[in-house]
Amino acid sequence: MTSLAHLATADGAATAATGVTAYAWLLVALPLLGAAVLLFGGRATDKWGPLFATAMSWAAFVVGFVVWLAMLGRDGEDRAAHLHLFNWVPAGSFNLDAGMLVDQLSVTFVLLVTFVGSLIHVYSIGYMEHDPDKRRFFAYLNLFVAAMLLLVLADSYLLLYVGWEGVGLASYLLIGFWNHNPAYATAANKAFVVNRVGDFGLSVGIMIMFAAFGTVTFAGVQQAAEGGAGEGVLTAIGLMLLLGACGKSAQFPLQSWLGDAMAGPTPVSALIHAATMVTAGVYLVVRSSFVFDHAPNAQLAVVIVGAITLIFGAIVGCAKDDIKKALAASTMSQIGYMMLAAGLGPVGYAFAIFHLLTHGFFKAGMFLGAGSVMHGMNDQVDMRRFGGLSGAMKITWITFGLGWLAILGVPPFSGFWSKDKIIEAAFIGEGWRPWVFGGAALIGAGITAFYMSRLFFMTFHGTKRWQTDGDDAVHPHESPRTMTIPMMVLAVGSGLLGLVLSLGGTFTHWLEPVVGGHEEGEHPVLPVWLLMTLTLLLVAGGVLLAWMRYWRDEVPQVQPTGSLATRAARRDLYQDDVNEGVFMRPGLHLTRALVFADTRGVDGGVGGLAALVGGTSSRLRRLQNGFARSYALTMLAGVVVILGAMWVIQ
Amino acid sequence: MTNFPWLTVIGVIPLIGAAVVAGLPAGLTDRAKHVALGFSLVTLVFGIAAALQFENTSDQQFQLTEQHEWIPQFGVSYALGVDGIALVMILMALLLTPVCILAAWRDVPEGGKREKNYFALMLVLVTFMVGVFAATDVFLFYVFFEAMLIPVYFLIGSYGGPRRQYAAVKFLLFSLAGGLVMLVGVIALYRYGPGGADGFLVAKLTGLDLGATPERLMFVAFFFAFAVKAPMWPVHTWLPDAATEARPATAVLLVGVLDKVGTYGMIRFCLQLFPEASKWATPVVLVLAVISILYGALLAIGQTDIMRLIAYTSVSHFGFIVLGIFALTTTGGAGSALYMLNHGFSTAALFLIGAMLVARRGSKRIPDFGGWQRVTPGLAGVFLVAGLSGLALPGLSSFISEIMVLVGTFQRYPAAAVIATAGIVLAALYILLMYKRMMTGPKPELTTPVRDITRREKLVVAPLIAAFLVLGFYPKPALDMLNPAVSKTLHYVGVTDPAPTSAADGSTK
Repeated sequence: MTSLAHLATADGAATAATGVTAYAWLLVALPLLGAAVLLFGGRATDKWGPLFATAMSWAAFVVGFVVWLAMLGRDGEDRAAHLHLFNWVPAGSFNLDAGMLVDQLSVTFVLLVTFVGSLIHVYSIGYMEHDPDKRRFFAYLNLFVAAMLLLVLADSYLLLYVGWEGVGLASYLLIGFWNHNPAYATAANKAFVVNRVGDFGLSVGIMIMFAAFGTVTFAGVQQAAEGGAGEGVLTAIGLMLLLGACGKSAQFPLQSWLGDAMAGPTPVSALIHAATMVTAGVYLVVRSSFVFDHAPNAQLAVVIVGAITLIFGAIVGCAKDDIKKALAASTMSQIGYMMLAAGLGPVGYAFAIFHLLTHGFFKAGMFLGAGSVMHGMNDQVDMRRFGGLSGAMKITWITFGLGWLAILGVPPFSGFWSKDKIIEAAFIGEGWRPWVFGGAALIGAGITAFYMSRLFFMTFHGTKRWQTDGDDAVHPHESPRTMTIPMMVLAVGSGLLGLVLSLGGTFTHWLEPVVGGHEEGEHPVLPVWLLMTLTLLLVAGGVLLAWMRYWRDEVPQVQPTGSLATRAARRDLYQDDVNEGVFMRPGLHLTRALVFADTRGVDGGVGGLAALVGGTSSRLRRLQNGFARSYALTMLAGVVVILGAMWVIQ
Repeated sequence: MTNFPWLTVIGVIPLIGAAVVAGLPAGLTDRAKHVALGFSLVTLVFGIAAALQFENTSDQQFQLTEQHEWIPQFGVSYALGVDGIALVMILMALLLTPVCILAAWRDVPEGGKREKNYFALMLVLVTFMVGVFAATDVFLFYVFFEAMLIPVYFLIGSYGGPRRQYAAVKFLLFSLAGGLVMLVGVIALYRYGPGGADGFLVAKLTGLDLGATPERLMFVAFFFAFAVKAPMWPVHTWLPDAATEARPATAVLLVGVLDKVGTYGMIRFCLQLFPEASKWATPVVLVLAVISILYGALLAIGQTDIMRLIAYTSVSHFGFIVLGIFALTTTGGAGSALYMLNHGFSTAALFLIGAMLVARRGSKRIPDFGGWQRVTPGLAGVFLVAGLSGLALPGLSSFISEIMVLVGTFQRYPAAAVIATAGIVLAALYILLMYKRMMTGPKPELTTPVRDITRREKLVVAPLIAAFLVLGFYPKPALDMLNPAVSKTLHYVGVTDPAPTSAADGSTK
């Protein structure tokens, strides 16, 4: 095993943070300050608030960048640093310090979150320009960045939990940002509640850790897990963490909130619901590699969840006409890939994070592109009303195109380097597993190519399905610079990031001290060249099919009835119907019955005493009023008399 | 000033305040609230000064002690003293009082004698609250325990909503029933104790060999009174009525402080005086606690009255507190003690901000709202923060206490802890559904313009939100005070924390 490569990340072995790393707390503090100033400052900050928030986000990026440079200056094994903050929860035998773990994994996330986050702040300046509540919007964005950085920098599961629900709160607030629309308010609630189901798992996981190991720090749990803790305990912890990850990362069976979360403003969809927050589940699994490495059954569960979700999301993505919902389904599916890779163990961890990075760029870029299209099309999201926009919005078209090539996995664009590696890794192993999971990953690549090409062609190519005059006239135009520049930067990342980070295995080597590396002598059950060829053939097939149906042929402006499968996919494979039938409606009935029983039954039946006051007839009430008032006075008098008597006797 | 009678002084100041307020001459009647606020602030200052005398590392169970003979024939002493838990409860009560007085500023708009009495009653209640937490003599505790009912009865019955009489009577009868059962236990306990002129002192009654059956019977007598007060399922039904009919400030003192006497009593009396019976009763108590958590939460989801909803959330939260107490682990105990503090602030914020909204809308019914985030964005914001504290969002104070209770319970009773954890999902539902129904949606058409949060209301809310944040990120000062008290109590019970079941080579941190 590769456990020797694991860094001990405790106060003990990870070096105490020195130099600039000792200021890593600023990463959380700066955006948090931004959020606080904007929220508590009120309308006084309306004017400069958005710029201030953007500056705070960039400032966090600069800190992160400097911390990263300092880390590069140290040798691989000395790169992890631990920053002790303060004694946080000294409750009984549970004595926990708050601290930050600044290692290769967390710094990778810090750079992704602050860089993409800051770009999206800039984009939002343009996108939200005319919104009366934009100060609040930027405050929430800052809050999100702070919480996300806390999540990835925390040195214990409990502190991670704070960031974990913090990003959930930011997500809730931003999905419901336009909550004057009741459907959007419902979407926000749904996201929070489904996430809480996941958090149930995280909570129980923390409980098991403490009961079994007496600690909830990463270092402590790692030490216990590698020191021969029982597999049963580790499996239980792993499954509970997986439940938490499913909630946050919209993985089956807790995937239902993500599509509705597209109610939030598009920059939010790009940052939170594509590039960063939804990938937190993958982070959790990779960060907990020491648990999963010793709990093969939990690992298998992770792979199964990933495989199901990647196919599920891809199928749903094929049927959606709402551009944002199609992208959301795609996000779900891509995170399924990451989850699958993370479940494969050391052969997959690095690629899970690698794909998470490249996906962060190309998917955020495409969401911003979708926002740009909506901006130019009067907030229309129905792709059946788009078409032929490549001419009207050149920058959006090109940047989106790069993202499209990246997600397809066309060489040499970013996705090729990360996704192909996941497919290869999925084919490693023995018995039925490589065939099933590798097969799922392979087929998923083909479906991805189909639905992403469908989306791209329906939006930018084919015939124009919009009018420049009449009732719903639109005048598509390119978006302002504040919006296009972030799109261009992300497009460069979509194009090159994968290649750059793959050169000489740079990225996998970088992460190796944290997550372990590829073991020598592990090869896929099929030759790599064959897998690559198969993948590219399937991708080409998907593109071709999409080209025939959505570029060459006319796209109907009204949604056709569609086959049984299409209708199922449009309804997200009946996920909401299942949840409603199994949980919501029975829950509603239970609540109603209890409310009824509480007023009639429990209240009335708590014994004769309650029955006495339970009657509501006015006659009885009058009687009681007199009774009790005198009772109280009698009691007071009684106490006084008794005490007085005692005094006298004394 | 080691011999300064801090606790007596803290108790007497509000009593003097009450006399002054009630006796204000006719010309100064409209100053009643100012005088009351002044006295409550002075009391708070003395409370903080007393807390500064408190030493977390002391070996003594009680500090700031005072002891005088009162009725030696019956073994009754006037004995006061606090451990960390009692002191934290007193500080919470003293901090909430000025907040409540400020929130109650316009509760009696007609003024006059009625207004004077209203504020005087609140101050009297403070005296009794200090007394009940500070008493180290079981009989003295009982006297304060019953005496508290009187001001609350009048605060609800004379100043409450349309069904105030019904609610006040129900409250009184439930509490009296509990109290009388406890009285039997109190007297029986004395008979088993060493007797003498100070035979009711807690110290004299700790560690007695009572015999299994008498101990159990006495435990049940005490526990019943505390369960009614806490309130636990199934004796919780007085709370929603009392909370919704009482003025919001009264509801805060009732649910936020008075009900804590129940859980405080479980720690101080049930566990400390009847350790064997406590262990014997644990399975039943845990089941009741878990039922309270889930039942209270489900009932809260189903409510259409804001105040009733908040009251039911408290039933759920008290379930957590009792769960942590009877888990008999230091982590669970410290979590529960901290929960008692946090719940005071979070329920106060919910009740008071809810009442500000109710006053503007003229209705307590949730469906009568809708879209109010567009009407009163400031109030909506603080209401959401209060709600998030109610659902124990990490970063806000109640999270730490809730997770500590669960973690501590899991060490000994995993099944109870896991079932109770379902409460966190239900909590998200009851808070967010309420927020959605009241605050989101299109802006309503209102016939009269509505003001957003006023300066006075900001003063009411600010200390509560500050408490959420400070205790959420830095609960150490409170926990440092609570930990020794919890350990001492568990020492009396004679239990130690279970060792980690799967520790690697014993060297885990």
